[in-house]
Amino acid sequence: MQQVANNHEHGHAHDHEHGHEEHEQLKVLGFWIFLVTDCILFGSLFATYAVLMHSYAGGPTGKELFELPGVIASTFILLTSSFTSGLAILAMNKGKVKELIGWLVVTALLGLSFIGLEISEFTHLVHEGATISTSAFWSAFFTLVGTHGVHVSVGLFWMVAIMLQLRRRGLTPVTRRKVTTLSLYWHFLDVVWIFLFTVVYLMGVM
Amino acid sequence: MANHTNHSSHAESHGSLKSYVIGFILSIVLTIIPLVLVMNPLFSKTGTIIAIMIMAVLQFVIQLFFFMHIREGEKPRWNVQTLILGLVIVLTIVAGSIWIMAFNV
Repeated sequence: MQQVANNHEHGHAHDHEHGHEEHEQLKVLGFWIFLVTDCILFGSLFATYAVLMHSYAGGPTGKELFELPGVIASTFILLTSSFTSGLAILAMNKGKVKELIGWLVVTALLGLSFIGLEISEFTHLVHEGATISTSAFWSAFFTLVGTHGVHVSVGLFWMVAIMLQLRRRGLTPVTRRKVTTLSLYWHFLDVVWIFLFTVVYLMGVM
Repeated sequence: MANHTNHSSHAESHGSLKSYVIGFILSIVLTIIPLVLVMNPLFSKTGTIIAIMIMAVLQFVIQLFFFMHIREGEKPRWNVQTLILGLVIVLTIVAGSIWIMAFNV
């Protein structure tokens, strides 16, 4: 496979690297399959949470400790970051590397503030006496929400790495594919958060 | 604005600014409605739960179509088939666990 290391390859260059593009297309499908398996991971954690939803063991309940304003803020932050990662894809389709990196920076900053809010929420919960070992409910809660938080954090490192690659190599079929899978991953995390927000927080405070 | 008639680019997902904006607005609306429903309940508790779950699923579908561009795949849509299989597995795990643990009480 040849390496095309500049960002001016439009139109003609595509025919030559058709095999390469098909290969990248296959990798996107592979990533999609990973996302589906990740979906099953979260499905299992949701099932665990649903089963242990009321097992407080005499400890604090979610209703007592959840603070919706922070959670609502993080919901809109993640939703907006999902949107901006879409704008990054649009910039990429127009071939504008700088705009693409700019939107990725915005997305990463939003993701970072999401993680910040989550950390402060967890510290608050622990101070209130709800740790992962307090009760089955809190174990399920921290595992489910924490796994999502770890996914977002990993996504942040990945995003920085891709921004560096874009800066160094520009838009090539390979970096395009990487940005595509990254944005799929980011949308997926937003989808998982929608269900977390609904099942854990909204139903939790009802 | 965004002309995505550039036929031969495969590796990236497509979509226009319009579809992203529509998806974003719909997602915001579908986040606010459940919030309002939970803050000042119009229905019974079960009614509210069903309503907010429907909103969540709708928002999932919107993200799938407007952000993840599930319609725009190549000929055999392996990604859609994989997704359907995955969702069947997830539903089985979640519904099965809740159902079988209901006998625990």
